[in-house]
Amino acid sequence: MQFPESWLRALVNPPLSTEELCHLLTMAGLEVEECRPASADFSHVVVARVLSAEKHPDADKLKLCSVQVGEMSGTHGVLQIVCGAPNVAAGMLVPCALVGAKLPGIEIKKAKVRGVESCGMLCSARELGLSEDHGGLLSLPADAPIGQDIRSYLKLDDNLITLKLTPNRADCLSLSGIAREVAALTGAPLQLPTVAPVAPVLEDTRGIILDAPAACPRYCGRIVRGVNARAITPDWMKQRIERCGVRAISALVDVTNYVMLELGQPLHAFDDAQLQGSIHVRYPAAGEQMLLLNEQTVTPTADTALIADEAKSLALAGIMGGEHSGISDATTDLFLESAFFNTDAIAGKARALGFSSDASYRYERGVDFELQRSAIERATQLIIDICGGQPGPVVEALDADQLPTRAPVRLRLARAAKVLGIDLGFDQTEKLIAGLGFAYTRTADELIVTPPAYRFDISIEEDLIEEIARLHGYDNIPAPPPTARLEMLPLPEARRGAMQVRRLLAERGYHEVVNYSFVDADWEADFAGNTQPAQLVRLANPIASQMGVMRSTLIGGLVGALASNLKRQADRVRLFEVGRCFLPDVTQVGGGGGQDGTGYHQPLRVAALAAGPAWPEQWGTPARPADFFDVKGELEAILAPRRLRFEPTSHPALHPGRAARVLLDDQPIGVIGEIHPRWHQKYELAASAVVFEIELAPLLAAPFPVFREPSRFPAVVRDIALIVPQHCAVQALQDALQAAAPAHVREIRLFDVYQGKGIAPESKSLAFRVTMQDTQKTLADNDADAAVAQLLHTATEHCGAVLRG
Amino acid sequence: MNNLEQLIAQATADFSAASEIARLEEVKAAYLGKEGSLTALLKGLGKLPPEERKTAGAAINVAKTQVESALALRREALRNAQLEAQLAAEALDVTLPGRGPSRGSIHPVMRTLERIEQLFRSIGFAVADGPEIETDWHNFTALNTPENHPARSMHDTFYLLDAAGKLREDVLLRTHTSPVQIRTMLAHAEKYRHLNSMPEIRVICPGRVYRVDSDATHSPMFHQVEGLWVGENVSFADLKGVVADFLRRFFESDDLKVRFRPSFFPFTEPSAEIDVAFMHGPMEGRWLEIAGCGMVHPNVLRCGGIDPEKYTGFAFGFGPDRLTMLRYGINDLRLFFDGDLRFLSQFQ
Repeated sequence: MQFPESWLRALVNPPLSTEELCHLLTMAGLEVEECRPASADFSHVVVARVLSAEKHPDADKLKLCSVQVGEMSGTHGVLQIVCGAPNVAAGMLVPCALVGAKLPGIEIKKAKVRGVESCGMLCSARELGLSEDHGGLLSLPADAPIGQDIRSYLKLDDNLITLKLTPNRADCLSLSGIAREVAALTGAPLQLPTVAPVAPVLEDTRGIILDAPAACPRYCGRIVRGVNARAITPDWMKQRIERCGVRAISALVDVTNYVMLELGQPLHAFDDAQLQGSIHVRYPAAGEQMLLLNEQTVTPTADTALIADEAKSLALAGIMGGEHSGISDATTDLFLESAFFNTDAIAGKARALGFSSDASYRYERGVDFELQRSAIERATQLIIDICGGQPGPVVEALDADQLPTRAPVRLRLARAAKVLGIDLGFDQTEKLIAGLGFAYTRTADELIVTPPAYRFDISIEEDLIEEIARLHGYDNIPAPPPTARLEMLPLPEARRGAMQVRRLLAERGYHEVVNYSFVDADWEADFAGNTQPAQLVRLANPIASQMGVMRSTLIGGLVGALASNLKRQADRVRLFEVGRCFLPDVTQVGGGGGQDGTGYHQPLRVAALAAGPAWPEQWGTPARPADFFDVKGELEAILAPRRLRFEPTSHPALHPGRAARVLLDDQPIGVIGEIHPRWHQKYELAASAVVFEIELAPLLAAPFPVFREPSRFPAVVRDIALIVPQHCAVQALQDALQAAAPAHVREIRLFDVYQGKGIAPESKSLAFRVTMQDTQKTLADNDADAAVAQLLHTATEHCGAVLRG
Repeated sequence: MNNLEQLIAQATADFSAASEIARLEEVKAAYLGKEGSLTALLKGLGKLPPEERKTAGAAINVAKTQVESALALRREALRNAQLEAQLAAEALDVTLPGRGPSRGSIHPVMRTLERIEQLFRSIGFAVADGPEIETDWHNFTALNTPENHPARSMHDTFYLLDAAGKLREDVLLRTHTSPVQIRTMLAHAEKYRHLNSMPEIRVICPGRVYRVDSDATHSPMFHQVEGLWVGENVSFADLKGVVADFLRRFFESDDLKVRFRPSFFPFTEPSAEIDVAFMHGPMEGRWLEIAGCGMVHPNVLRCGGIDPEKYTGFAFGFGPDRLTMLRYGINDLRLFFDGDLRFLSQFQ
């Protein structure tokens, strides 16, 4: 809501500076979003008359003008000025910038233009910063006083205040409403325009039938005949509405807008000659269409009320007029509408049609339902004053049962003190409520308040508590540290937070990214194999087509971030993300999903990606690219001391021979592998990258340590090198060894893998270090020998392993 | 006896002349070895008359002790010299860079979230979580924002399609973290249903939220932290106290100005917008909108299964992205979602 400060001050004028007034409004909940001067800063510009305009002797497009500027400007009263404006003509009144004037961007000096002296400048609206109009000189009315400062003549010393109103304060969508608020806040007297009924001259009326009283419980209509639709809108009115940001169109339209801005009541003027019979407020027939003023043809929904006559629909009630029933320059007879439409009947309708109008904006937030009659009288008077015409009587159709109710609201002083944490006292509370102009009665410990028709946001006690808090000033409520019972929060040691997981990854060199949850459908296909609609979580209204689906994997985002970092010349990239993935069908996922009632499985996951050298480039360390096992090691480290298992798998994002499913306690928790080479070109990856993605939930369990007394007896260590077939997977062999090992074998650790010279092709050598220790005795050599023999035997049985010679 | 003194002097001189341990051992042999001169003297004692043996033997032993001690001294000196030479040879350029992995970083907004969690934890707030695809009921209806409510237009909402390509009206991408309030209250009320008086709820709910908006200052995805305190005596003054305390601790600035100004949210009443003004730095003196808050609306408490007559509570919602930008002087919101290592690595 934008308005000129001068209009507000005409209604209520507290002794506050502009800045103080703005602060007052902001701190009362009517946030001043902007306050700017109504015109650019300039000086020494006066009203002047062009006495003559002759052709410049040496220039075709310039005129040599003699300009009367009046005695008061300290000249002889007549100046010679060279002017290039196309519309300059003898007799016209224009703004004239005198020598010494400072305009936006220029300072006026005495100058010679093509050899002729020029003592000032005749100005366009744009040169004065009043508008963008640069078509020619700003032409002033014939009665403008010659020599008067243009700032005072055009009332330019004004400010435009823009309020960012919250949806509950529809009552402040008018100057009267804002003035009422300022009066309540400051106690300054309120001087609203007096509205007297305009006596009818004609007997002409139109019947009004409320066929949809739930949508429209009150409708006032009036015929005004013989108006001059071409009348000129008076400057004061034009200036006020334009300074509210409303375009001046024609006197009749301007009056309806003026009354809406002044009182808050949207009005509509129909061309009475286009109407047939009575006016109906009704719901549309099935499939009924209508062409609106904005040239949009709409098929209103069944619950959208229409204004219609007996032949056709005329307007979408409270939203927008129809193309064919509106007034034009040719209109002589008007039918004026001032109606109340219920908020529920209007809410969301314009938005659903893809536009907003001043009327629908107000109706869906709430218009004073007692205002219709005075608004139509006010508009009638202004129309007659400006356009002439003869009014008929006001016809009012009312279904009082359908009007909003204003039930009394109880305000208990004790409750207010409890909610606010400060006791304002009975007298102070009463004073604040009275200042708002709300009707109330007082009992021993409460006020019973009846909210006025213009307030749609006062229906419960808390609403009144907010009113008194707001008027008292939020700033005046103390802010002590609160008191509460001191109880410690639980701190389960076997749980860790996601932050600890982040820290572990960051300490291992990974940088955390936050990628968008919506991704390109290509990513879902390439990195998750999701191509069917049933596999995708698609957005209905994505912000861009490449952000059209919700991700079911974090891998795409990491690959995308890798590619953009490679473009920025990074050579070693390590990234991770902790975030949610979205899966459409909970039954496919099983367990856990859907318990939140959304029908989607939304697990939090952690994924990491490494590309480029295993180590930052440094002296004394041979460079090699990070590989599967580097990243696997990191995954094992962040889960330590819990043990992961890995089994080969296939995954659309990953290299088929270098991908593994990750299992924890036999449950799959994610995948790890090299990005499939087929994506290198498409995603502009220079080389391979290794990625893992696992569920966050299992990561957050951190086993509670279990104490075992260290053995006091020495350990025996034996190394066994085994030749095994190349296809023999280490994990399975190690499982078999572990299972077969006697109790005193504490650890079997693989410490070397060798293929090449000295080892038969299709074979590999695996070297294990076996650590043995007994808790009860020192192990003898034959104990160790027996254990090693047992392990060797097991390995041979498992995969035909032989001891390396 | 003169002979012995000469011999000691000679031995000492010979030892000094030996410049390496190996040479010293050779020289030692000439005196103390099997064929050495001192050994020979001791062997020769037997040839002396018995009455001289005792004194001569004692004198030779003294000489031997002296030679041995001279030898030990020289040996020690040579060893020291050898060690020093070795250490000198082993000296490193200690200014060469150290080796090892590099450190990664935690996203700046996560740093902020962690600080927020820690600060609120210190006054007994737990952390709660909720889904990002949320039901319309949790996101709007239960928060006192029914269908067509003008306040819904404050949130431009992302909606989803079902498998058949039809708009789903019952779910959406949450536009704020406030629905976690509802989930928390419902769970809490259910858990303590058997009690006459339930313990207080004190939680914060950080997370991602979504709105159809994208420009230099708006991202279609951003972060929010919701806070909720419900109890039998929680007031607006408490809200002011907690929030002002939090902001001063978060920014580590005791002279930070905080103001509460009336505003409107469907789910709180009274409602306030929180502005801060810094007393130093590039933003000095400007009021910056930083959060929305208020007393939980009775309808919302009811939807959470809590009796609004018995319990009151406050809620607030901060934008951690904005807090992060202000704290570190970051000027472009889009940097947070860009994955640029040059940006991220500044937050180690």
